[in-house]
Amino acid sequence: MAQDDLYRTVVLERAKAPQYAGPLSAATLNGQGSNPLCGDRVQLHAVLDGQGRIEAIRHETRGCAICAASADLMAGRVTGQDRAHVGRLHAELVEAVETGMAPEGLGELSAFAPLHQHRSRRRCALLPWSALIDMLNDDKDR
Amino acid sequence: MDQSVITPVDAAGSLRHVRADFPILGQKVHGRDLVFLDSAASAQKPRQVIDCMAETMRTQYANIHRGLYWMSERTTEAYEAVRDQVARFLGAAAREEIVFTRNSTEAINLVAHSYGGLLKPGQVVLVSEMEHHANLVPWQMLRDRTGIELRITPITDDGALDMEALEANLADGRVALVAITHMSNVLGTITDARAIIDMAHAAGAKVLLDGSQLAVHRRVNVQELGADFYVVTGHKLYGPTGIGVLWARRELLEAMPPFLGGGDMISTVSFERSTWANVPHKFEAGTPAIIETIGLGAALAYIESIGFDAIGAHEDALTAYALEALGHVNGLKVIGTAPQRGGVISFTMKDVHPHDIATLLDRNGIAVRAGHHCAEPLMRRLGVTATARASFGIYTTPEEIDFLAATLEQIRGFFV
Repeated sequence: MAQDDLYRTVVLERAKAPQYAGPLSAATLNGQGSNPLCGDRVQLHAVLDGQGRIEAIRHETRGCAICAASADLMAGRVTGQDRAHVGRLHAELVEAVETGMAPEGLGELSAFAPLHQHRSRRRCALLPWSALIDMLNDDKDR
Repeated sequence: MDQSVITPVDAAGSLRHVRADFPILGQKVHGRDLVFLDSAASAQKPRQVIDCMAETMRTQYANIHRGLYWMSERTTEAYEAVRDQVARFLGAAAREEIVFTRNSTEAINLVAHSYGGLLKPGQVVLVSEMEHHANLVPWQMLRDRTGIELRITPITDDGALDMEALEANLADGRVALVAITHMSNVLGTITDARAIIDMAHAAGAKVLLDGSQLAVHRRVNVQELGADFYVVTGHKLYGPTGIGVLWARRELLEAMPPFLGGGDMISTVSFERSTWANVPHKFEAGTPAIIETIGLGAALAYIESIGFDAIGAHEDALTAYALEALGHVNGLKVIGTAPQRGGVISFTMKDVHPHDIATLLDRNGIAVRAGHHCAEPLMRRLGVTATARASFGIYTTPEEIDFLAATLEQIRGFFV
């Protein structure tokens, strides 16, 4: 069977055995994003520290392997980071999925670069990120 | 798989030769032969349609109905000849009962706007739980505009229309219109149109059938069915996009106000008032999809050259074959098991999301649909967020089904 770079081991592993999935009882921030076109849904729960950095984050994802892996890899990657850094990572991920070229420093998130060949699936990887950014922005506006 | 199961497909007049008529089937996708299993979304086009449309533009094109010159008159004849052809195709009583629209969606919107505008608050439009958004949202809009009631008839767990519930829903005599699919684009269920119509008429309701899927696979005769409105779309009938058909009984069309205003739909126009053209032109404002309509004529001629006996036999055998083959794939569940069904098969696979299925099938050249299939309320009724869907056309082969089943098995192995 012809496989796809998109379904690299890291994506399949994190979809099957996520490291950051589940509720977070101490959460002070909760957000969610959904894709009405496919029914995928990501719920996020986070705690920020005094400097506005993400101290802990968990996700509850109902969706495809790309969406689930993206949420889990995102959670690992943004822990300890502030809103500005999350914004930069998101911009780099968007660039990767649109061009197929992963900017240096994207690390494991570069697994999603093959999405440039799958236009209709890009939103699957980006959904957790837009949910996170919305959640952080809502917190800032409060 | 037991190859003997293939026999009925070939015995049914082997449609394999028709593949040569579809140039796109020779294309490669990701270096693989294209296996096109998404005909329910939109069918591929035979060269007869492609050539006819190109030839029209090369040799015989002008605007219709108004030109006084040779070229316009010839194009008008070609365009209007398709109206006769569609009238025959659907078994209409008269060519004036055929209204050209952009697609089925526009045809239903026309009825909802125009016939729906004649309904009074308190009257009911009844749809089923398995409608495409195209046969739900226009009625919701009508409800919100006019205060009619929208009533939903449930389906049974196997995906058939619940006829007892339908009867109960009709009992208060307030239902003005029953608008129901003739074949579900998700479940493949073919509804018992005759029984629905008899029941609805007995309760004083008119019936609109959404034939977008069915008319591709079975002969339709609107008079034998006794229907009041019937809609089809060209692009699923191996024709071009941008052309659909509303059939309605002449007296209904005559009683209905126009839908869109503009050129071609008028009789006289002054600044004070305008009067309308006769049916069907009253419903065809502006320059229509001339080339697409002529292309639809070529598509119908193509279908009729094969015949619905062969098409139906091919599809029945192929559907039975596919249900058997898919039934052997580990973890695969077919959604919709009504006894009367056509070649549209929705399924889910344990541990694999339909979108992942579709992407990985695509890497192997196999095109299927995945998602909610423009039927979100039905998805909720079925308790799923999305399904994958394989659907067949006259060019689909048992070998393609085998390849689908084998690839699905491999995909599942990939995820567990």
